[in-house]
Amino acid sequence: MSSSLRREDVAKVAQLARLSLSDDELDKFTEQLGQVLEHANDMGTLNLENVVATAHPFGLINVVRDDVVRPSLDRSEVLAMAPDARDGRFAVPRIMGEAP
Amino acid sequence: MKSAFQIVDEVRRGATTAAAELATCLDAVRARNEELNVFLYVDEEGAAAAASRVDGILASGGDGGALAGVPIAIKDNMCQRGIPTTCSSKILEGWRPPYNATVLDRLLAAGAVPVGKTNLDEFAMGSSTENSAFGPTRNPLDPSRVPGGSSGGSAAAVAAGMTPLALGSDTGGSIRQPAALCGLVGVKPTYGLVSRYGLIAFASSLDQIGPFAKTVRDAAMLLEVIAGHDPMDSTSLPEQSPSLVAHVGDGVAGKRVGVVRELIEGADQDVVDAVDRATRVLADAGATLVELSIPELRLGLSAYYLIAPAEASSNLARYDGVRFGLRVNAEDVSAMNEATRTAGFGAEVKRRIMLGTYALSAGYYDAYYGQALKVRTQMIDAFRRAYREVDLLIGATAPSVAFEFGSKTSNPMSMYLSDVFTIPTNLAGEAALSVPFGTGEAGLPVGVQLLGPGRSEGLLLAGARVLEIADGRP
Repeated sequence: MSSSLRREDVAKVAQLARLSLSDDELDKFTEQLGQVLEHANDMGTLNLENVVATAHPFGLINVVRDDVVRPSLDRSEVLAMAPDARDGRFAVPRIMGEAP
Repeated sequence: MKSAFQIVDEVRRGATTAAAELATCLDAVRARNEELNVFLYVDEEGAAAAASRVDGILASGGDGGALAGVPIAIKDNMCQRGIPTTCSSKILEGWRPPYNATVLDRLLAAGAVPVGKTNLDEFAMGSSTENSAFGPTRNPLDPSRVPGGSSGGSAAAVAAGMTPLALGSDTGGSIRQPAALCGLVGVKPTYGLVSRYGLIAFASSLDQIGPFAKTVRDAAMLLEVIAGHDPMDSTSLPEQSPSLVAHVGDGVAGKRVGVVRELIEGADQDVVDAVDRATRVLADAGATLVELSIPELRLGLSAYYLIAPAEASSNLARYDGVRFGLRVNAEDVSAMNEATRTAGFGAEVKRRIMLGTYALSAGYYDAYYGQALKVRTQMIDAFRRAYREVDLLIGATAPSVAFEFGSKTSNPMSMYLSDVFTIPTNLAGEAALSVPFGTGEAGLPVGVQLLGPGRSEGLLLAGARVLEIADGRP
């Protein structure tokens, strides 16, 4: 396990997470995240080859409810909390460029 | 400030009213909220309506419920219909949920009076409440120090005598650590005991709602009301709420208590001394002590700071400026998403989102997230082995008493170490609590942690009650 986190790794991760960082922030986060990953290196010394991973404390199994119609949230109440809504829908800026 | 037990008793006997108790509580809020920054929002109107409903039920011969007339503070990461809910983040500023968290519905049905929403570290990420977008909360016992976190506002509300009860959430220690730093009882229930429906998600496999109170019995009363199966949470345990209040006085005679080296090592001397004294009290009360070493616990912090950020990076992807909260406009959707998230999240939230994204990304998944999940398995197995030998474990809650503002903010790793003793319980999905026991540096309270297997809350509360009595709070 390597903890040599590079500045470009942090820039890439920020892009994946939809965050834009200033140069100063990039420097600071590279150092701070590197420290956390370095601490995590104590796990790298363990032989865990035959250990099963646990993603959830009680091993989730599918939980299904009865197929009964129930009232849901009121649409207008939900849309009233959106930054922008039109015609009973959430509205967003354009998602595609003009047709060529 | 009266205890919740006392308020319920007096309200039912007609010696006081829910409205009068609410007025006392609001006076206490007005007296210190500006100085301490405990409540982000006080719902005077809703609280008055809830109190008057309880008084009406009692006047017409009803019993008013198990928490009749008790004012309660709610951490601001739980949804309350129509009431601003921010998670102490700019990204949710102005959002009012269209529904109640299950815990809110249960509180109202039990006659409790929710007074308002308390400050926290943004999205519950922190151990001092210094990460709030709305300024830090101060510790009522010493305003130059932090109340702990992330549920620092809820802890401060009870410690300042504003409300006898509060709800917090605990992902890695966010109830127990502030309880310790503010001199309160705080319980992290078994994963699944309390519904998470309406709790804004941080790390879904670790998050759990639980009580803050000044006394063990009050904590038991609140936990009994909020626990129990909820069909709206698919991770909810199947059974109804356990009987807790009735067993608070059961004692620990004949119980085997594991004294765990890894849950004390590295703590300040005043904390170590308090745990030693508490351990002797349990022995005097008839418990058998067993010295234990559980080396796997040392890996908890490393595993947690990969697992929790990984889950957070996924959970917080929903804050994209489309459906709720902040939007920073930009020319297209993806620029809008990025501008919104960049402006809306604070530094600690960004750090954890990036850490989680990194731990889950191609090429690093196996080395970091995958490895952490295996350590989690080892942690669960290690606890299970310990609980074959003993009934409960004892250790420190936090390495020190309440610390000063700014002392850990420049180095995230030093802040993360505040949770070193509390994190293992969350990874294992088990139960633990913190109970005040004596004082340490500067006369500040020390918290002792009792840990047990899943569904051991009754035993842990009984143990805490033994310590409470020995500490001079009969």
